[in-house]
Amino acid sequence: MTKQQANWSPYDNNGGTCVAIAGADYCVIAADTRMSTGYSILSRDYSKIIQLADKSLMASSGFQADVRALQKVLAARHLIYQHQHNKQMSCPAMAQLLSNTLYYKRFFPYYAFNVLGGLDSEGKGCVFTYDAVGSYERVGYSSQGSGATLITPFLDNQLKSPSPLLLPAKDAVTPLSESEAIDLVKTCFASASERDIYTGDKLEIVILNASGIRREYLELRKD
Amino acid sequence: MNVADSAPAMNNLIGSDADSQRTLYPYVTGTSVVGIKYKDGILLAADMGDYLACHDSGSYGSTLRYKTVERMKSVGKHSIIGASGEISDFQEIMRYLDELILYDNMWDDGNSFGPKEVHNYLTRVMYNRRNKFNPLWNSLVLGGVKNGQKYLGTVNMIGVHYEDNHVATGFGNHLSRPILRDEWHENLTFEEGVKLLEKCMRVLLYRDRSAVNKLQIAKITEEGVTISQPYSLKTFWNFAAFQNPTVGAEGSW
Repeated sequence: MTKQQANWSPYDNNGGTCVAIAGADYCVIAADTRMSTGYSILSRDYSKIIQLADKSLMASSGFQADVRALQKVLAARHLIYQHQHNKQMSCPAMAQLLSNTLYYKRFFPYYAFNVLGGLDSEGKGCVFTYDAVGSYERVGYSSQGSGATLITPFLDNQLKSPSPLLLPAKDAVTPLSESEAIDLVKTCFASASERDIYTGDKLEIVILNASGIRREYLELRKD
Repeated sequence: MNVADSAPAMNNLIGSDADSQRTLYPYVTGTSVVGIKYKDGILLAADMGDYLACHDSGSYGSTLRYKTVERMKSVGKHSIIGASGEISDFQEIMRYLDELILYDNMWDDGNSFGPKEVHNYLTRVMYNRRNKFNPLWNSLVLGGVKNGQKYLGTVNMIGVHYEDNHVATGFGNHLSRPILRDEWHENLTFEEGVKLLEKCMRVLLYRDRSAVNKLQIAKITEEGVTISQPYSLKTFWNFAAFQNPTVGAEGSW
């Protein structure tokens, strides 16, 4: 008679895909709104994007409970920062905070795959991409989540970011216009929805630029 | 990266004396809860059966132990909760919620927690227990109306949560949500809502092994909470294929 062991996992994968593209004076962050578990869809209208600061947005996929907890921790830390410094956190500062927050739980990680997007202190678009334990780098564009393997090669082909190893360092932000970048994002998700079962339903796109912030939505395949 | 393996935090918890201090597996469980928004508020449905987990640690099977378990309760003035999973954990959740509402009332400031607040509180409780590897083994539905705003949400034992126009736990996700996605619409009347829920519960009765034919419907509107008396659904078993199942293949079953 063997002792019954714990047969539950503290983690689940609720799916979804996130993309961010940095432009000369804008940043586009997008994510689908499908939340799944196993072969079931839990919600067709769940947002994975949160505005952490004036000029920082985070899109996260993975385990939803961890994503939500992470969002709350960062929002609380930003509030404290505002009280202490009397200003908003810059995007690069938020990037470091996110990395540190993720590594803090290095031995029981937040199962969250994040892309941080926004405008840096010069008003240029910036995108930071992360793994689950906080390893990060600033890039011109990034994709995370269940559809990332489908989207990243396509973005590599279309955006042709210069190698980060070049000296002198070449600018990673895309020369594409804002509307061209948005179109590219829509194409990425339309394609990913065809083959990734966890991506679909609706696409939420958030655009951050000098004039402020705006949202666009696009219906995706519901199967 | 296999994240579930890299949890050395679990090393001193598994297979040791610490096991006696936490939930390893559920013992007495209730099955699906289904909830919908309708014109005047929220409707929840759940059956009244509770099954005992396998009776010894080696074998299959479960026993219907309790047949009159209320798995839906009101919470404060504006919310109702429905629970599936381990019933003793639900009873503990009710103690947490009773204390939450008590402290809220003690402020005596004219404010009271709405369903959104209660759902958020429950989500934090469930997530924090999951973080300590000692979960409350439940999937909860939380619905209510406050100041004309309807709210319906759900949260499970590892803290996954969301709100929608219709929600379900357990088997309800597989069998009821598809029906609701097809037939739910804004401004269902009470009669239409009950009919829709009964359709969902009937399918669950046919296809969920742990469902029993004794259910309650709970309703919450701006005016308050009503939980119906238990009743049973009409079922139909006279399909031709079931009358003589082995005709054409004698000897099979």
